[in-house]
Amino acid sequence: MTEPILVIDHLKVDFQTDEGTVHAVDDVSLSLAPGEVLAIVGESGSGKSVTAMSLLGLNRGPNARFTGTAMYKGTELLSASNDDLRKIRGAEIAMIFQDPMTSLNPVQRIGDQIAEQILAHEKLSKAQVRDRVVELMERVGIPRAAERARSYPHEFSGGMRQRVMIALALSCSPNVLIADEPTTALDVTIQAQILERIKDLKEETGTAIILVTHDLGVVADIADRIAVMYGGRIVEQGTVDEIFYDPQHPYTWGLLGSITRVDRPRGERLPSIAGLPPSLLDPPAGCHFRARCPHEFPKCLEVPPLEDRGCGHADRCWLTVEEKRAKREVRPGEIGLANKEEVAPV
Amino acid sequence: MGRFIVRRIIGMILVMFAVSILTFLIFQVIPNGDPAVRMAGKNSTPTQIAAIRDTWHFNDPIYEQYVYTMKQVFTGSLISYSDQTNVWQEIKKGLPRTFALGIGAAIIWMVLGVSLGLYSAVRSGGFSDRLLTVLALIGVSMPVFWVGALMSYYLGYKFGWFPNGGYTEIAQGGFGQWIYHLILPWTALAILFVGVYSRILRSNILDTINDDYVRTARAKGISERQVLIRHVLRNSLIPIITLWGLDFGLVIGGGAVLTESVFNLQGVGQYFAEAIGRLDVPPVLEVTILGAFFIVLLNTVVDIVYALLDPRIRLGS
Repeated sequence: MTEPILVIDHLKVDFQTDEGTVHAVDDVSLSLAPGEVLAIVGESGSGKSVTAMSLLGLNRGPNARFTGTAMYKGTELLSASNDDLRKIRGAEIAMIFQDPMTSLNPVQRIGDQIAEQILAHEKLSKAQVRDRVVELMERVGIPRAAERARSYPHEFSGGMRQRVMIALALSCSPNVLIADEPTTALDVTIQAQILERIKDLKEETGTAIILVTHDLGVVADIADRIAVMYGGRIVEQGTVDEIFYDPQHPYTWGLLGSITRVDRPRGERLPSIAGLPPSLLDPPAGCHFRARCPHEFPKCLEVPPLEDRGCGHADRCWLTVEEKRAKREVRPGEIGLANKEEVAPV
Repeated sequence: MGRFIVRRIIGMILVMFAVSILTFLIFQVIPNGDPAVRMAGKNSTPTQIAAIRDTWHFNDPIYEQYVYTMKQVFTGSLISYSDQTNVWQEIKKGLPRTFALGIGAAIIWMVLGVSLGLYSAVRSGGFSDRLLTVLALIGVSMPVFWVGALMSYYLGYKFGWFPNGGYTEIAQGGFGQWIYHLILPWTALAILFVGVYSRILRSNILDTINDDYVRTARAKGISERQVLIRHVLRNSLIPIITLWGLDFGLVIGGGAVLTESVFNLQGVGQYFAEAIGRLDVPPVLEVTILGAFFIVLLNTVVDIVYALLDPRIRLGS
């Protein structure tokens, strides 16, 4: 395996609030190889976005506390000064955000907003920047790019705005692209287009991608590896095939079971995981999924370790492999790789 | 744009029409006594009063009196009841003073309001933010006539650092003297607005700073200062501009009655206040119409500036 470009080690993120400390991310370790697509999957509040934001220090603040390390090319991102981080933001690690409707400055021209990032990192003439902006916009599939660069965000549709966000993120050819729910706010057809575009760009540029999403269906097609997060912890981690064909954690089973599929019998209710995600303000002892898990047993009161079953496929569950095989409702092979046509918002 | 301006001009005429009718009618209704009696003086005969009534058209039906008066307003030939001077000439004398006061104070309150609001927002929750909050509340709570009187008494009269009221024209005393005479009135008038503006801007900034596009800006790798100025401040300032236009229109339209009177600037506001004291209808009417004109005019300018600052806003729809 190649040397990873980004290594997150024992990341913990706590936020002090009026009600107490929120343990948003609890002991997350991940690594990203150059050119690899790593998907972080989990529901709202699982800590996936916080993990992503922490890498660029976008959630730094007087109430946030970070421990652990995140090494990127010899720089430790969590403790890096704002100035050092500024040089990495946009240039080395770029980010695409969830809601393209609000992520662009409403009173600045699209072209100027892309140019701003280029000029923050490179010394180029006005004409060079303009050419680069138009080229970027063309690359992400915006028609009449030269003309559209002079438009304002409100003159673009949601899908077009997300393309602008992608163009913005790619403008300095970053080594790592963090896409935080890039398709959640978009229509299903537009989702597919945007994912297709991200996939193409990954092939063209070789950028490593961290794709944060709550939708397992979204990642099937594009990711190399998947980390499933629940209650601030990684509960299972492995390659796409391992997660889809040999899921180990009961939460992953639930996630896989709740994907809409064409081959599911008509009229059947889409299964969902009963209950609500735990409050990270005062998380339950032991396994965070315990309260919603149909297979809970006394041992679950202790926090299960993230145990590697070899070759990087790891999970955080006390059940033995044999028990899991017996209890797994989603049997290997039953769940096909979800194609993007089947993708639907959960 | 053209249609917008035409619509605004029609609106302006309607507003001025309504304001003039209201002002005119108020003076018909309030128990102010008969202007003819006051004009005739103490030792007048009924014949004299009747003659005055006749010359000043007081016997005509109200709508004819209104039309007659408005004609005079717009031809600049309206005459004051109390001292028989031409009202427009008096206003023209006062306008430069009122403008000097209004423009200077508006610049001061905008600059101070924006810088203090920005500083307060950046230091939000800290000691300097709390201190500025208290100061702003004190500034907002102090009436202009009281602050003005204190300043005038201590800084002007007692310590003699500043002139004790009055106005000097640039042509007369030079630029230095002009500013010297205006410093106290500018400060007194600006204090209230600085408090209001800095508070509003502070909360606007704190709202904007959590917006998604500010996070995008940070993720670009530009400096925090650039994030603040290019993204946060620009978007937070847009509502402030509206307020500024309205307040400025009010002040130059003769609304700074108290400041002008306390510092004896002899501007339009003071002229207005004195006319009310004498129940002198013509100056009150003309200044009110002028004030309405400035407010509507500034409103229009604000809308145009607004559309330039925020591309989402289209004029005319």
